[in-house]
Formats: sequence, structure tokens, C-alpha cells
Amino acid sequence: MKSREVVCVLCPLGCKIRIELDEEGNILSVSGNRCPRGKKYAEDEIKDPKRVVTTSVKVLNGELPLASVKTDGPIPKKYIFELMKILKDVKVKAPVNIGDVVVRNIFKTNVNVVITRSVGEKTSGN
Amino acid sequence: MKNVDVLVIGAGAAGMAAALAAAEQGAKVLLVEREDRAGGILNQCIHNGFGLHYFKRELTGPEYAEIFREKLERSGIDTCVEKFVLEVDVKKREVIVVSKKGIEKIHPKSLILATGARERPFGSLLIPGDRPSGIYTAGVVQRLINIENRLPGKRALILGSGDIGLIMARRLTLEGMEVVGVVERLPYPGGLLRNVVQCLEDFDIPLFLSSTVVEVRGKERLEEVVVASVDEKYNPIPGTERIFKVDTLVLSVGLIPQVELVSDFVEIDRSSKGFAVSNTGQTSVSWIFAAGNSTVIYDLVDYVTYEGEIAGRSAVRYIDGKDVGRARVNVEAGENIGILFPKWFDPLEDLTMYIRVRKPIEKGILIVEGVLERKIENLVPSEMIRIKIPKSRINASEKLKVFIKEE
Amino acid sequence: MLRIVVIGAGIVGSLTARELTKYDVEVILIEKEMDVGWGVTKANSAIIHAGYDDPPGSVRARFCAMGNKMYTELSEELDFELERIGSLVVAFSDEEIRVLKKLLKQGEENGVPNLKILDRDETLDKEPGLSPLVKASLWAPTAGITEPWMVAIAAVENALDNGLKLHLDEKVVDIVVEKSRVKKVVTERGEYKADVIVNCAGLFADEIAKMAGAEYTPIYPRKGEYILLDKSVGNLVRRIIFPTPTDISKGILVLPTVDGGILLGPTAMDLSRDRKRDLATTREGLKEVVEKTKKMVPGIDLSYAIKTFAGLRPESPQRDFFIKASERIWGFINVMAMRSPGLTAAPAIAKYVVEKIIQEDLKIELKRKENFNPIRKGIIRFADLPLDEWNEWIKKDPLAGKIVCYCNKVTEREIVEAIKRGARTLDGIKFRTRAMFGKCQGGFCMTRILKILARELGLDESEILLKSRKSWLIDGRVRE
Repeated sequence: MKSREVVCVLCPLGCKIRIELDEEGNILSVSGNRCPRGKKYAEDEIKDPKRVVTTSVKVLNGELPLASVKTDGPIPKKYIFELMKILKDVKVKAPVNIGDVVVRNIFKTNVNVVITRSVGEKTSGN
Repeated sequence: MKNVDVLVIGAGAAGMAAALAAAEQGAKVLLVEREDRAGGILNQCIHNGFGLHYFKRELTGPEYAEIFREKLERSGIDTCVEKFVLEVDVKKREVIVVSKKGIEKIHPKSLILATGARERPFGSLLIPGDRPSGIYTAGVVQRLINIENRLPGKRALILGSGDIGLIMARRLTLEGMEVVGVVERLPYPGGLLRNVVQCLEDFDIPLFLSSTVVEVRGKERLEEVVVASVDEKYNPIPGTERIFKVDTLVLSVGLIPQVELVSDFVEIDRSSKGFAVSNTGQTSVSWIFAAGNSTVIYDLVDYVTYEGEIAGRSAVRYIDGKDVGRARVNVEAGENIGILFPKWFDPLEDLTMYIRVRKPIEKGILIVEGVLERKIENLVPSEMIRIKIPKSRINASEKLKVFIKEE
Repeated sequence: MLRIVVIGAGIVGSLTARELTKYDVEVILIEKEMDVGWGVTKANSAIIHAGYDDPPGSVRARFCAMGNKMYTELSEELDFELERIGSLVVAFSDEEIRVLKKLLKQGEENGVPNLKILDRDETLDKEPGLSPLVKASLWAPTAGITEPWMVAIAAVENALDNGLKLHLDEKVVDIVVEKSRVKKVVTERGEYKADVIVNCAGLFADEIAKMAGAEYTPIYPRKGEYILLDKSVGNLVRRIIFPTPTDISKGILVLPTVDGGILLGPTAMDLSRDRKRDLATTREGLKEVVEKTKKMVPGIDLSYAIKTFAGLRPESPQRDFFIKASERIWGFINVMAMRSPGLTAAPAIAKYVVEKIIQEDLKIELKRKENFNPIRKGIIRFADLPLDEWNEWIKKDPLAGKIVCYCNKVTEREIVEAIKRGARTLDGIKFRTRAMFGKCQGGFCMTRILKILARELGLDESEILLKSRKSWLIDGRVRE
């Protein structure tokens, strides 16, 4: 039997969660989480760690050159840099609003990349 | 200028909350902001972690700010951006502002200071060496990357493992910069554990504890940074130096409340270095209130919003003449308390205290003398505790002692 | 027309070039840095010395008191800040009091007015922030503080107005001499015919003299480290505070700066001649600054420190100025080894070079211009104006109402004006406007100043530099 400790990143509490595993790596028990989301997080962390990614995309003709974006749910860690590669080439046209979907269902995870900062169109004299 | 009931200086999280709360009480509110938009530092904090308490949702900084900006637009509040406060004349109760439209003098009935904090600059650290370009505070790098669409360099070392430093370690890495490490002079990380995991461990960025930068080198642009281990007094240990070849040094070494506008007249708390206030947000001057990072450096913006709202309400209560004649009780920091907010307890509102321990405490009891005792474990100075005590539970007349008994 | 080339746009070169533009000659000023006054002129104590410190009969004694006097009119003509706050050399022992008496005598011989030895009470009255252990002091009311780079900038602006040709970011690589007369100055970018060359090249003046084959005194750098405290530390001291000097140096001082801060320093460390670019501060040097200044002014609080820096003085074995027309190479004039009190002496030296050396020693006749305009107006600091005047300016130009540097209340108009007057780098803006000089050291305004520079100069932000060709600030874009 093995055990691993992970820190949950879902909220600022950062519960230290202890996971007991058997020889094959199957989860036997999870403890230390202060909410049920933490249990799911710990299980994911062992099997397929996931993260929410926050970054930016280029805005064309906007009052700002960038709009901040986020994945509207966590995606497997292994996809993070691939996602960054895709987003490097994504360009959205102003105006964009919070919640607008930029990339749908990335890597078939059912997670979308959405705008988190509204950017209006460039006004003359900017 | 037109008659203003409440003037709020600063439209960051605290200012927006204070302005909205004051307007809700029926006051005529003027909100001035020196940047070109409201939102404060939230505008550039594109990472997650905001709003878990206040909205019970996890939001990014810009999303959190937008909610309040929209409320501002729908309210009757006069929000003036690119307006800079030159002077507050406490005797004349006059505030002088300048903008592209000219110079104006405002005579508010009450004033709320939400001037936030600034970053500690490189020069204050007295680090020997050259003076090359490429040394930036984390906030500047954050603004460059998230707002200006520019990268500061190719290869970076980060000094300071507070949350800002950790967040930037991840941000730089995601955008293709190489982060060779985070250097922290304490023997434990300065930020939340969740950030150590998702910003450093996720990307294999080494964290060098009990270490500091002892020299910077570079004739024109930064070329090398020398890092050494430190002892318990933070003195570098000779012989432990190692050289990192980087072109960018990012500093996350502390925030300083911006109190200069009125620091000659308004009492400054000696430990937080911010405006000393009561639990109602009132400063030592009856018509002046303050909230947010200008009073104490907070961990969570949600708390800043709560305190901003209280200050907004209190400013209106003052104008309505409803806060006179009650005594204030000193809230005193005792053993093991590093930062204690607020400075005074005013029985008009509940007492919400924000505390930082002076040193890491594994097990202890937090005692508010005569009021409550609470078990605490695994606390470090970088994690702020928030304790709400209903006003009815407090009977103190002179002072309220707060301390931690270590076990 | 006769062509005079001045090498080096530091305080001496700038004032000499300006002095030359008073005459009907072609004047060219060549500077290797990207801006004016960025060598020794930028990193010193900014003091206009009274003149008691220099051995009577030395070249520096000759020019210090004279230069000191000239600063009043100069600051009015060129519109830079000069504050005659006076200086105190403080003594903590009887031995040191004996030195004070020697300085008093020396000063009187050098023509320094109104020197006086004060007893303990008088000293503490003049400067309450001093350590109560002080026993006596030498009071010199004519000593003052200024902004040395601004004097150079102002002198060059005025000279440009009067016909000067300025070449920045251009290093002199050779001097062509024919039949023992100067002929040409060769730089990395071009060649300039020269009838007279005035060598004001600071730390590198010996290397320039060697190029011409002229005599020189070897220059070696003496490093001085400084700590700057922000103005919010309050009125720690009101006067320039000197310790009793030793043979080696004037010592580590505590003094106010013209914008309200407190400057601590400099140390004095002699370096070898190959270290003329070594501007690094050191652990030991900064420690020495703190220890020695706290002894004199116990209230020094380092939590107000916002900057540390080092400067190099161009020292010579004789420890004196070396101002002579070369005997070997006709037309080549050395104005070198301008160690302390170089800043103070500079106006007097500029006059001496033009009136005595060029006209008398070299017997070159110079005709005075009739239309020389001695007045230069500085960039208006709106935050210093009365409010209604400022308001009028904003009505004419809204940029005068847009504050860019929050700590020092510098408006966008001042920054644009600085760019119009030649600032091309972040430091160029800093030294002309005091933006980024305050508490946050550019934390809030740097990104916006970068954008303004890029906009006004028509450059990409990645092309904007801090101070020199390789001091880039920004790399590529996050998103193309």
C-alpha cells in the first residue's frame, strides 16, 4: 500500500489531501479534503491531473491588444502546452464580451475557452 | 465643484465597493481614478481565484472587476477616470484633482481613501551590483504581458515566492519564457500552497528556499544573477553562491500601502504601514474613511470588497450624523501577532478582524481576551486569517487584547 | 570658419561648448553615450562646494570658489535648480577640530566668503538632526546643491540654440594629426575636420589624448557608492553634512537633494585603469555608507531607501585638475582629471579654456557674437505652478493635465517636451522630467512612458532602450 499527498488547487484553502493506493495504483481512500470537490480533485490528480488554464488571445481592432481568456473547466495537464500553441494563433475581432466562446470543446474535453475581459472596438485617437 | 456627499479616491476593488455601498444608502457619490479605467489591479490579474467567498464562484480578476464596473454604470455614481488627486487639505476639507479637463476643487462631506498599494522597488533592497535593464517588479511584468502584449525577456529568475511571484512564474512559462527558479529568503514559501503546486511543481520550476539574490550583473541588459543561501537572520552565507544566467529578474518582494496623500494628518498603523482604521473603516479623522490595501495588505479581494462596503456605509452614516457619541475600543496585538486589523473597535458594526501571525505556528490558540478562543494550526504569516465577531459579544470598554498562545 | 571640436558632453564639455557658441566659430560637441551628462556628471554628490577643501595654489583651488560664485547667474540663465543650503564639516574630537581650523584657513586663502567655526550648540542649532556627540563644525554658507546632469543638459540646449552641432551616441576612435597640429577627429560614424580640439572626455580623457599623441596625466577611476532615500523620510538634514576629511577623500556625506530626498555617500575606492566602466555597487561599500552616515545622523532610516548607485571620479596621481594646451600637438587642449570639485569649478574652467587657453595661449582670435542668447528655459514642471496657472496650461494643452508619473506628478506634456528636446531613452526622460525618480521607481509609469516614447519617436516598443544600445527593455509580443 502506498500513499500520496496532494494539495488541492480548486480554492484558496489548499487542503492537503492524503490518498491511499494499492500496489496497482488503485485508490483505496481519500482523506483531508474539506469539501467533496477536493475528493474528485485528488482522484483526478492521481489518474489524470487537470488544470484550469488562464491566458490571453489577440484582439483585432480592439481598444486593447489582448483579451484574457480561461478554460471554463479544468483540462488534463498534458494538454496545457498544446492549448497554448493553439491560442497563440487565435485572433478574435473586437468587440468581445465576457463569456464569448473562443474555442469550443478543446481536445474533446467538453471544456471551452471563453473570454474573461470584454474589449471594445478601437475608437479613433487611441 | 458640485456638492458631493462621498468622494472615493481609487476605483479598484475597495473603491468600487465603497462607492456602490455609499450610493445604495442614498448618498451622492463621486469616484475618481487616476488610471484610464476602473478595476485597479484586478484588470491585469487574469488568473483564477477571485470571488470564491463573495460570489461563491471562481472568477478571474477581470471578470470580478467587470461585475462591479457594470454595477457602477447602472448606479448614479459619477465615475471619473484619468483624474489624479493632487492634494487633500484636511483643514479646508478640500480635495484638489487634475485631469485633461483642468483643475477642480471638491468639497466632499466625507472622504473614502481606496488608494491601494505599490510594489517595493528594486532599489530599496540594497542589492549590490550593476544597474542594467531587465529588472522589473512582478506587477510591471504582469501588466506588460497581460495588457501591453509584450514579453519582458527570454529567461527569468523570480525573487520572492509570494502569490504574485508564483503566479508570474507560471504566466511567464506558459508564454514561452524560461523561468530558472523562484528564490525565497524564508524557509517556507510565501504564497498559498495551491499556487506552489499549480505554478511551480506543475512546470518543474525549482523553489530555492532560505536563499536570496546577492548580486546582479550586466553592463547594459541583465546577464547574471548571483543567489546565495541565507541564515536565520537572512544574512548571506559565504561560499553558497550560485550564478544564474538570466536576462530578466522579476521581483515580488512586498506591497506598500499608499498613504502619502494624507499621512501627515491621518494616523498610520505602525505594523501594517497603512491607514489605521476602526472596524467601520473610519480613520483617526472623523470624516475620512479607508478600505482595501491602503489599510492593510489583503490576501483575497473578496475581503477587500467586504471592507469597502462597510466603509461606504459608514461614510454615509457619518454624514447623516448617526455615528457620534460612541467610544472606540483599542484592538491590541499581543504575543505572536504580526499584523492585526483593525486598530479600533466601534460598537456600531460587528468586528471582523484580519490577522497575520508573526511566525509560523504549528498549533496554538487564538485568544480575543474576554470574547473568544479558537484553535489554530499550521499558520504562516503569508496566510491571513479572518475572524468575524458579532458586536453583541464584545463588552470591552477600553481595550481588546488579541494574542496567540503557542502549544 | 574656425572649427572647434569638444569631446565629451559632461558638465565641463557642455559648459565649454556653450561658452564657445558665444563666439563666431563652428562648435561641434561629440559624446559617446546616448545622451548628455551620462558619465561622471550623472553620478556624483551634486554639490557646489564652497572651496575650503582645496590646497591653496592648486588648480582646483583656483577654480572652485570662482565657479561657486558663477553658479548663481548660470542657474538663472539656464533655468536649473540651485539651492545654497550651506555645508557643515562636523568634528567629533579635538583632533578633528584642529582639522576644521586648518580648513578655515585654507578657505580664507582660497577666497571663500563667510566661513565660520561653530561650537556644539550653534552646530546643533543649524542642524538638529546631527548626532549629539558632535563637538564643533565648519559652516560654509556658499555651498549648495544642484542637479548636475540638468546643468549639462541646459548648457547644451542653450548652445544648440546658439548654433552648436551635437553628435550623441558617437565614439571618438582616432585623432588625425599633421605636422604636430590637430587635423581631424574620427568617430565610429564619421570624420570631423578640427582646428582646435578640447578634450573633456572624463574618465577616458587620457585615452583621447593618446590618440592625438599629446601629453596627458593618467586617469584612474575612483568609485563612490551612494544610497538615496525618498523624500518621505522627511527633513533628516537641511544642510550638506561632511565628516572631517582625511587625506584621501572628503568622506561619506549626508545631504538633501534638490527634489527633497536624502543622499548618502560616496565611499572612495581606487580602481585600476582598466575598470573605467565598473559602476557596480558592492556589499562592503553600501555597508560602509550606512555605518558612517548613521554615526553623523542617527535618524537615518534605510526603510526609505529607493535607490543605490555608484559613480566614478576621474582621478589622477597629482589629485588635481589638468588643464593645459598641449605643447606637443598644437590645437589640442586637455581639460582632464576633473575630480571633486569638478562640478563646482566647471563654469570657471569653461571660461578659462576659451578666454585664456584658446585666445591667449594659442593666440587664436575669437570674435564675440552679437546675437548670442544666454537664456534657456527649462521644461515647465506644472506641479510646481500655482493652480490657476496650471489650469490655463491645461486649457491650451490637455496633456498638461494628464499625470503620467504619479509619485512626482509629471504630466504627459512634460514627457513629450523632453522627447522634443532630445530624450530618446527611458533614462533620458527620467533625467529631464524626474519621472520614475520617485517612490515607486517607475513601477506605475514605466509601461506608459515606454508607449509615449514609442509613439513620439515612431518606434516599436522593443526598440526603446533604458540608456545604451544594448539595454533593451522589451522582447517580442505575447501574441502577434
